[in-house]
This record gives sequence, structure tokens and C-alpha cells, in this order.
Amino acid sequence: MSLKRSAAATLHRHGRLRLSLLLSAPLAWLGIAYLGSLAALFVTAFWTTDSFTGDLVKAFTWDNFRDLVTIDVYRTVALRSVWVAAAVTVIDLIIAFPMAFAMAKLASPRAQRWLVILVLTPLWASYLVKAYAWRVLLSSDGLLGWGYGLGATVLTLSYLWLPYMILPIYAGLERLPDSLLEAAGDLGARGWRTFRTVVWPLAFPAVVAGSIFTFSLSLGDYITVKIVGGKSQLIGNVVYDNIGAANNLPFAAAVATVPVIVMLLYLTAVRRTGALENL
Amino acid sequence: MNLSRTARTGLWAALAAGLGVIYVPLLVVVLNSFNADRTFGWPPPGFTLKWWSAAWRSSGVRDALWTSVQAGLVATAIALTLGTMAAFAVQRYRFFGRDTVSLLIVLPIALPGIVTGIALSNTFRAVLGIELGLMTVIIGHATFCVVTVYNNVLARLRRLGMSAEEASADLGADTFTTFRLVTFPMMRSALLAGGLLAFALSFDEIIVTTFTSGAGVRTLPIWIFENLFRPNQAPVVNVVAAALIVLSVIPIYLAQRLTGQDSR
Repeated sequence: MSLKRSAAATLHRHGRLRLSLLLSAPLAWLGIAYLGSLAALFVTAFWTTDSFTGDLVKAFTWDNFRDLVTIDVYRTVALRSVWVAAAVTVIDLIIAFPMAFAMAKLASPRAQRWLVILVLTPLWASYLVKAYAWRVLLSSDGLLGWGYGLGATVLTLSYLWLPYMILPIYAGLERLPDSLLEAAGDLGARGWRTFRTVVWPLAFPAVVAGSIFTFSLSLGDYITVKIVGGKSQLIGNVVYDNIGAANNLPFAAAVATVPVIVMLLYLTAVRRTGALENL
Repeated sequence: MNLSRTARTGLWAALAAGLGVIYVPLLVVVLNSFNADRTFGWPPPGFTLKWWSAAWRSSGVRDALWTSVQAGLVATAIALTLGTMAAFAVQRYRFFGRDTVSLLIVLPIALPGIVTGIALSNTFRAVLGIELGLMTVIIGHATFCVVTVYNNVLARLRRLGMSAEEASADLGADTFTTFRLVTFPMMRSALLAGGLLAFALSFDEIIVTTFTSGAGVRTLPIWIFENLFRPNQAPVVNVVAAALIVLSVIPIYLAQRLTGQDSR
């Protein structure tokens, strides 16, 4: 008991000690173990595998990155992945914004509660189940029967990540006071002008928060492509195949740096908008 | 707000259409779980319950479900601990690198899953020499689950302020007593909400799981994916999918109860 008391007293007096204790475990886990793992993977990207024995050759070389840039296939796949992720983000934004706006600004508080539940519910249904649902719908004897391919992949990814775009935008618009919209109206602004000069700038951090999810989740995906993509390949497939069939971890690591760099650039660019606190 | 009648109608129509698109595929899965046709021909020639009983008897499904529940529970417990600690540190103190902590916690979910997956798997096997198994799956899941708890607790702390805790200290309670009697009860629903999200995230995860699970460890998503391309397993996979859709109502119900409590 007295030990506990003196511990409590020490903690109370020494704020910095309290802070270090609070930070210790999260930083050890995420700062050391997780970042360390990413660093180790990055180092591996500069190694090679012996093509005969399949063992790692731990000698520094730029070969993997040179292959990545110079071999057409990889450049095409990388660009295609970024393009797919961007397309999914734009499609989701176009669908999500009007939905979120109607939810936040047109629906009654009671209806709002139900609409949020309606949007949230499919988030809890498994990711695989939803990709699978589209496989069934798109299969040649399914309800839609459009077949598989890159278009089917973009469609399915947009479907999968749509709630991730709706919810942050809804939250952002809900925080936006109605009085601002009324003020814009009183000053003579029509719907479109109010949207452009009031709603959009204030909702922008929320839009960016949503786009982090849709963009990142699409960028690394290789499962949806396998389910509805037919023969199409995205960057995730290249990583996956190099780890599995080709047993070339160094090259897989080099390929994996592409989405990491893209995401880091993205996160750094949007950090100033305050979007990270809106996640 | 002065929106034209057309704009209002358009927005409502967009909302209705969007919700329609969200729900139709899920409905098709549920309907197909009763489809008498093995290959889900549309429209269904008849309805049957035999796929549901086949799925119920499948030991593969049961084992996978149990593995998923175990992984989810332990990963959630770890995420609750780490997320709460980090949220307290960031919200209650000013220190060098404070902004970086937020970024660090978001990172595992912001980076593509495949990157986290191969980075952890490489560390486990090549650096630490640990055999992949359920434990490594849990570590992987906990890593990306921290963010949900962190965000929920952070938002709650921001709203609460310090006054209740200061009052408690003024009345003579020590640090631990204040935490037990004042801070923790105020945090409870935020912790539940964050924990619920963390569990759901873990329960559904497949990419990090693919790389961190050993040969014998099969979570439910892994099981579904393995059997997705086997035509004779399709009806059972479909039943599992339908069951997951129906079961997802439970966490939603719980989450709603929680937010209902908060608004009181």
C-alpha cells in the first residue's frame, strides 16, 4: 500500500516520468518494432537472391530498383495501380459527397441516425464477402454479367471503399454550421456558389481524410484484382508473386517501396490540411 | 438553407441510389445462400436450406471462426492498451515529436496492407527467427488496430478536459484512485467503441494475415479466400458470406447503443 502511495506521489510530481511511461509501450511497438520492420524490409530491397540456390545475397546493389524503372512491365503496372487508386478515389468522392450532404444537411436528426447506421452496416460485412458479391454479380451468368477485368476491379474497389469516403465527409459536413450556409444565401449566393466558396473549402479536410482510405486501400490491393480482375495485374500482385512463386523477397521489397513512397508523399502533402485528425 | 427544389430532389435521389448500390450486392449474396442452383444461376430455379446445413457441419468453417475470434480478442486487448496510452500522452502533454506520434499510429493503416504484411513477416522469420503462427497474426493485427482506439480515446479526452480529474486530486485522491474512479468511467464508452472497431478490423483482415500466419493457422477470411475459387465449395462459401452479412448487425447495434449513451 505504501509502495503504491509513493508510486502515485512520484507519478503525480513528475509529469515527464508519467509521459515517458505512457509513451514507452506504444513507441516500442510502433516506433521500434513496426518502423524497424519497415526499415529492415527497405534494406532487403538493396539485396538480391541467388538465382540458383534461392538464398539471399546480402550485398548492396541498385539492381532491383533499376529493374523496376527500366523494365516496361513494372512501370506500366505501377502507373496502372496509381491510376486505379486515383480513379477509385474520384468515383467515390463523386458518389459520396451528395450522399453525405443529403445525410448531414437535408435529413432530420432522426433520419440522420438511421442513415448513418445504413452506411455503417456494410462496413462490418466482410471485405471478401463484398468482393465476392461482385464476382457473383459480374460473372457471365450473373445478374449483371459484365465479366471480369480492370473495369470490374475499379468498380468493385469503389464499392468496397465507398463508406470510408461517406463517413468522414458526413462528419465534416455535420460540423459545418447551418448558419454559414444561410449567411451565404442571405448574401445572395446560389446553391453552386455556396458549395464552391463555403461548403467545399470547409469540408476539404474531411474529403482528404476519406481519400486517404480510398487511395491507400486501393493502392495495395491484390485480392480484389484476383477475384474480379481476370488477368489484370496491379502492384500488389507483383509483390505477392515475387514473394510466393518467384521467391524473390528483395525484388518484392523494392516493388513495395513504390506504394509506400506514393503514400508518404500523399500523407505529407495532406498533413497540413488537418486531415489526419479527421480519420 | 435555400436550395432549389431540383437540387433537393437530386440530392435525395443520389442518396437513395447510393444506398441501393450499397445494398443490392449484399442482398444477392443472402438470396444466393438459398439458391438451389449450385452455380447461382439467375433467377434461382428454387430455394433450399441445404447449403446452410452443409456450412454448419463444416469443420473448416468452425475452426477458422474460432481462430478469428481468438486473434481478434487478443489484438483488441493489445490495441486498447497501446491506443489509450498513446492518446493520453498526446492529449495531456506537450513534447517534442508530438505530431509524429499521430502519424506513426496512422501509418500501419495508411500504408498498403501488403507492405505491413511482408515487413512484419520478414522481421519475424529472417530477423527474429520466430515461427509464424497465431501469435504473429495477433501482433500484426494489433499493429493496425491501435489507431481506432487511439482516435476514439483522443476525441473523448479532448471533449472532457481536465477539470473532473483536478477536482478528484483536490479532494485527496491519488493518481491511481483518480484513474479508477474518475478517468476510466468517463472513458468507458470511448474504449468500447474503439475496441469494437478494432475487433471488426481484425476479424475482416486478410492481407496482413496472409503473410503473418503460419501453415496451420486459418482465420475466417483466409478460409473464404482459399475456397473462393473451388466451384464445389461455392455454396458453402456463399452461406458463410451471407451469415457474416447478417451477423454484422450485432456490432452495429452495440455501437448505436454506445453512441446513444454518450448523447444522454
